[in-house]
Amino acid sequence: MKTSMDFRSVRLAAGLVLLLSAVLSLGSLLPQQGVFSVSPFVVTIVGKYLSYAFLALAIDLVWGFAGILTLGHAAFFALGGYAMGMYLTREIGARGVYGNAHLPDFMVFLSWSDLPWYWMGSEHFAVSVLLVLLVPGALAALFGWLAFRSRVSGVYLSIITQALTFALMLAFFQNGLGFGGNNGLTDFKDVLGFDLHQARTRAALLALTGVFLAGSLMLARWVVSGRFGRLLVAVRDAESRTRFMGYRPDHAKLLVWILSAMIAAVGGAFYVLQVGIINPGEFTPGNSIEAVIWVAVGGRGTLSGAVLGAVLVNFGKTLFTAWMPEFWLYGLGFLFIATTLFLPCGLVGLVGSMGGRAGRNARTDPTPELVEPGRDEE
Amino acid sequence: MAEARAAVLLVALLSVASCLPLGPAICLAQDRTGIPTPTPAPTSIPAPISAPDVGHSNAVSDADGEALRALASRHFEAIGRGVARLGVSDAPWGKAVLEALHDGRLAVGSDSDRIVIRENGVARDAVTGATLTGDALRRIRVNNRIRGAIRIALAERALRANDVSAREAAAMALYHHPGADALPVLDRAMSREKAASVKRALTLARAAIVLKTGAAPGQERAAVETLGKSGRLDARGLLAGVASSSSDPEIAGSARKAVASIDRRQRLWGIVQNVFYGASLGSVLMLAAMGLAVTFGVMGVINMAHGELMMIGAYATYATQYGLHRWLPGLETWSLAVAVPVAFGVCWLLGIAIEKGLIRFLYGRPLETLLATWGLSLCLQQLVRSLFGPTNVAVTTPSFLSGSVAIGGTEITIGRIAILVFSGCVMAGLLFILRRTRFGLQMRAVTQNRRMAALMGIRTARVDALTFGLGSGIAGLAGVAVSQIDNVSPNLGQGYIIDSFLVVVFGGVGNLWGTLAAAMTLGIGDKVLEPLIGAVSGKILLLVLVILYIQKHPRGMFPLRGRGVDS
Repeated sequence: MKTSMDFRSVRLAAGLVLLLSAVLSLGSLLPQQGVFSVSPFVVTIVGKYLSYAFLALAIDLVWGFAGILTLGHAAFFALGGYAMGMYLTREIGARGVYGNAHLPDFMVFLSWSDLPWYWMGSEHFAVSVLLVLLVPGALAALFGWLAFRSRVSGVYLSIITQALTFALMLAFFQNGLGFGGNNGLTDFKDVLGFDLHQARTRAALLALTGVFLAGSLMLARWVVSGRFGRLLVAVRDAESRTRFMGYRPDHAKLLVWILSAMIAAVGGAFYVLQVGIINPGEFTPGNSIEAVIWVAVGGRGTLSGAVLGAVLVNFGKTLFTAWMPEFWLYGLGFLFIATTLFLPCGLVGLVGSMGGRAGRNARTDPTPELVEPGRDEE
Repeated sequence: MAEARAAVLLVALLSVASCLPLGPAICLAQDRTGIPTPTPAPTSIPAPISAPDVGHSNAVSDADGEALRALASRHFEAIGRGVARLGVSDAPWGKAVLEALHDGRLAVGSDSDRIVIRENGVARDAVTGATLTGDALRRIRVNNRIRGAIRIALAERALRANDVSAREAAAMALYHHPGADALPVLDRAMSREKAASVKRALTLARAAIVLKTGAAPGQERAAVETLGKSGRLDARGLLAGVASSSSDPEIAGSARKAVASIDRRQRLWGIVQNVFYGASLGSVLMLAAMGLAVTFGVMGVINMAHGELMMIGAYATYATQYGLHRWLPGLETWSLAVAVPVAFGVCWLLGIAIEKGLIRFLYGRPLETLLATWGLSLCLQQLVRSLFGPTNVAVTTPSFLSGSVAIGGTEITIGRIAILVFSGCVMAGLLFILRRTRFGLQMRAVTQNRRMAALMGIRTARVDALTFGLGSGIAGLAGVAVSQIDNVSPNLGQGYIIDSFLVVVFGGVGNLWGTLAAAMTLGIGDKVLEPLIGAVSGKILLLVLVILYIQKHPRGMFPLRGRGVDS
């Protein structure tokens, strides 16, 4: 395992993200039909890709550096989305179908008389931003504390993360929970007084997404490149040995797990702002697994690869589902198989092995991170 | 006998007809002419059948003759008398006459008193069954009162049937539709009845009539007691009515008590039923999880395509049924029995192909295997969708597996019992393979300590492939079972995969008894929680409980112990 913590590719990726979002948002402000003008559709869809990139980055942080294969990370993404969605729903105010200034439409429809307590404060943007970070963070803290303390690891951990997101999906599908049931939260009008349907607002949102994604990339780079990052990699590759040397692997894992959940949640918040809907479908276990493959395609343990993978795979999905929808599942399925079989280091790793620079910190020799029952490993 | 032979002939004709392009038309024609009309069974009529022209007077006793003459009358009162007489008569043709009268198919010759049954445009003498032509006929009209009397008369005849269960059914029919005029009929039947079960039914019917109509004042208390002791749910409404409306406080009190006791009993049976449903769900989970447990035990990775292998097993069942229907209709009844080896074989081969083509390259990387098998599951889903279409396909349930049996106060479907039994058989077979065969021994050796097993001369690669094949084959068997209770569509597997993961992880790896315990715990827990807090909330609660349990016992309920096992 090469541990030269050289993340030049991360800085490159952050720069590219900034460049992409800046160019597109500026382009969308140019008069339409111009040569360099960008259609609103492209702005929305790139905004969606970049929101997904947060999720991929979050997964890479825990999977690539702490060896935790999470199959339920989309739960944190969706929770962040719901927290932002609550604020946007309150912003609608009396402009809803029922014209009720105090209650969202779906609550009027269920003939509720007042807001449930957990909607308190959601009308303030600042509170909602806090909720975006704190709710997924708290859930991650609780779940991670329980799981890492009792040394649940490997496939077992993967399965219970999946059970977690499955349970949340079932819960959010319930009308009685107070989050719009099946339909989720949608039909938003504006954010902080800016009309969400205006090109200027959308351009600003895309630019903000880019800035925050670049910031998250740099934050993640800072986290994994120092002493803490070295500890994480040690935990990933030999948890028992690290423990015997006096470190606390559970603490290290818990910290990075909570940070990762918050990054995913920020992605969810930007997703809702730009896509304009959040519903329980986001909790589907399949979504989380799909997000893992973005990371695998881009290159696990590279940070930049996660962002690259998320954007590329989703771009491919957009093209595929438009041209030949029935083949998308084949494409995705083969992508999973081919990546794991032939491309264990992802695209960034491939570039690294050819160019010898960018992907130096990618995993070039996939060592087993889990000694599973029944298999003796050295 | 003749009917049975006709039915056999009909089935044979139908199966021939269904192969011809003109199938439906021929079937229809057969339907019209081939089925014997429900005229009085000719074999049971003693003399006149051989000589229909002799006339009916020989076969008819005086009382019966009088009844027929009364029916020919234009007065409803007389007709009612005739109906009542037919009720106590033993004439074999009485039932058909009463039914025809009820349906308005009974007529009388306008110039004679000959009673005629009209059936599909053919007029037959009601007594001899001889076909009549040329007579001008007058339909015998009935009113509601007479319809009621006909019902009673038919019940009275049925209460004298030779067959015990027919008598019981007749009594229960009176219980379900209590009417005051049935009381004398019941009393007459009671006085000559010998069979205990029929007596019970008669008592019930009598009690229901007494309470419903108030026809026998002074007997209410005994009636309340009878119904209360029966514990029948359908008696509850009646008793509750008595409890709220009876003027006698003592009767009302005992009715209330009876209602409470019925409720208690019902709750108890409700629990029994929920536990059974839970065990049934558990057996399905068990089937789904068993193959997963086998592959997990030896590979140390959860095969995400396991649900899709089940789905393919279900489609193999469909294909088997389709093939038999098309080419070997004689075997169609046994299609499920044929589907079991077919599904196992298909999934076994597929499993070995998956191991040789995919899993083999990923040993030592369990988490990557998980992703690769997930990708495989997407491909398999899409493949089946392309081949069979995205909608559900219809898998039929053989007649001997449909229906239900009543056990105590609950109804239990035979299909679910069959799955329970099937699941037990599969588990027994798997245990046999694991414990008693050479292959099982090798498999256990590889599971527990791969390197040492290899050093002892076991060809671990071959064992891996065969084990994966075995696990996949069991998934195919689960698919056969699931095709009987669930929609068979390309998405079938996804509904089971998370549950079966949880079962395996909850139960502990490599321990079939642990898998069984986990499957039953989850199944019964699900069904017991369902009425208490709702299906979805119950499921969420169970998921959370399992997550918490795994925190406490990270290796499940029955973890494997041993040196080669610990990580």
